[in-house]
Amino acid sequence: MSDIFTTAVMVAVVASAIRLAVPLLLASLGETFGQRSGVLNLGVDGIMLLGAFTGYYTVLKSGNVWMGLLAGAIVGLILGLASAVIAVTLQAEQGISGIGIYLFGLGMSDLLFQKLVGTPIPIDTFPAIHIPVLSEIPYIGEMFFQHSLVIYLAFAAIPVATFVINRTTFGMKIRAVGEYPDAADTLGVSVSGVRYATEIIGGTLAGIAGAVLALTLGIFQQNLTNGAGFIAVALVYFGAWRPTGIMLGALLFGFVNALVLELKTLEIIPRDLSNLAAMAPAIITILALVFVARRFRAPSALTKPFTRGK
Amino acid sequence: MKKRNIALVVLIAVIALIGAACSSSSDSDGGDFKVAIVAPSASNDLAFTQSMVDAANKLKEDGVIGEVAVTDGTFVVDDAAVAIRDYASKGYDLVIAHGSQYGGSLQEIAPDFPEVSFAWGTSADTFGLPNVYSYEAASDQGGRVMGLMAAALSKSDNVGIVGPIEVGDAKLYVDGFKAGVLAGKPSATVNVNYIDSFSDVALASEAAQSLIGAGADVLTGTAQMVVGAVGVAKTEGVLWFGTQANQTSLAPEIVVASQVYHWEHMLEEMINNVKDGTLGGELYKITFANDGLVIEYNDGFDLPGDVKKIGDDAVKVFKDQG
Repeated sequence: MSDIFTTAVMVAVVASAIRLAVPLLLASLGETFGQRSGVLNLGVDGIMLLGAFTGYYTVLKSGNVWMGLLAGAIVGLILGLASAVIAVTLQAEQGISGIGIYLFGLGMSDLLFQKLVGTPIPIDTFPAIHIPVLSEIPYIGEMFFQHSLVIYLAFAAIPVATFVINRTTFGMKIRAVGEYPDAADTLGVSVSGVRYATEIIGGTLAGIAGAVLALTLGIFQQNLTNGAGFIAVALVYFGAWRPTGIMLGALLFGFVNALVLELKTLEIIPRDLSNLAAMAPAIITILALVFVARRFRAPSALTKPFTRGK
Repeated sequence: MKKRNIALVVLIAVIALIGAACSSSSDSDGGDFKVAIVAPSASNDLAFTQSMVDAANKLKEDGVIGEVAVTDGTFVVDDAAVAIRDYASKGYDLVIAHGSQYGGSLQEIAPDFPEVSFAWGTSADTFGLPNVYSYEAASDQGGRVMGLMAAALSKSDNVGIVGPIEVGDAKLYVDGFKAGVLAGKPSATVNVNYIDSFSDVALASEAAQSLIGAGADVLTGTAQMVVGAVGVAKTEGVLWFGTQANQTSLAPEIVVASQVYHWEHMLEEMINNVKDGTLGGELYKITFANDGLVIEYNDGFDLPGDVKKIGDDAVKVFKDQG
């Protein structure tokens, strides 16, 4: 048991937790914008899958990881726009249409992979960047300052998203549309326009999240996300629709996953309890969700289509 | 509004189904024996599914099979059940449910089609049904062979294994590999990490990181999610042993060898039985002795001669045992 408390092990667990958290963090952040404006998108996982494939395929052909990231973002943007058309203009039931987008992303990403690539071919990944001075700090440096640039950018997006939502006119409109769309409309805010914008932001970030996953692993495979998009949606509730809360949720999920892996490697968890341990991240997230749900409430207009005068 | 909702959902579902349908393939050239394969992962996963699809295509090239149809990616068992029933009703002569998780479905479906032969694996259970064959791989044999070589190659005397779920073929391989390492070097440390998923590439990748962090300089793993672990091994310069299919293309620099499943010999015998009127009731097992298992070395890897001899000798022992 004492093995787990060694510094080297804890450093490895924290570094692993950060890597596992980043795709969830990016996708959750995007979904937060949508939900704060009143739109639930359960299709995040499908958008991530298509972002992952597009990013992977672009790198396979160009050798440039940043081009891959851009391609994932563009595909995410397009699917975010499609989600907005379905949820905002056509006012389809958001839960069901989201599942449709997920199935589309799941099937299409696999189809494209089969037809365009075939057998998995490894690609270049984001190089690790050792931040001068900070990366030299014992233990701390290895945990926090020896990651790839996209990981730093993902965490930098937290204060940016917080600022946009809480301190800008656009953020105020998002919140107003998500809470009191009729009142916002009366004041001249375009409810549909704001919701289109947040869905596009959400789709773009989900596409980036998928691309980051594929370009970190250096490979694409059918259903690469393994349901990460659904966890990302849950983390929005876990984080009480606040970027900082979402970051904590993503890190907790990543940490528990990494810790369980380490405990298994060191054979601290008996083999026959391995299945139970694998459930730990989900169970802890659900328990935390229950407590959070009691303290915070969802945006009032979440999942409710807006029609002027109704 | 309701009509519009329904129309939208139907449209999206149709698009998704087109995607799913296009991942199935069907080819035909000569002969009239039709084989269908339903498998959980992609037909080119460099692992379990590919091994069976390659075998069927080989027999098609040889003229033993006239048509091969594949529905892959059916990681949802209910979807697989629909595909299995569909192929049976369309008159395929042999429907292969290539995944131990499909057993329950097959047990329900097979009695409804007494004229159709079914095969499922890896398993040793035919449910007592006259039209069900079962098959399995003695993956522990290849595991032991490569474990012996891993022990000889490891400088840190620490070897890591990334496993999916501790069942069937995967468990056999992992246990065999661990036994091989310890037989070659009793003082070695062998850490095994079952990630409890056949498909979580990211988790497999982190498991590999964890094993390397614990000191491993040789890794192996089984099931389709190991592509993530191979990537980590490549980045960290750690050696890799593959199984189920030849994984050299994933990382030619560090893949030493792969245990490759050659189901074609077993499949050909099964097909001949079906043609002769025996639709099931038997268990098949691929081994080194019946050439169902083969160790394929990476020609680009500079494997010391004495280590290769360890592997070849171990294979010979299994062949001699029969």
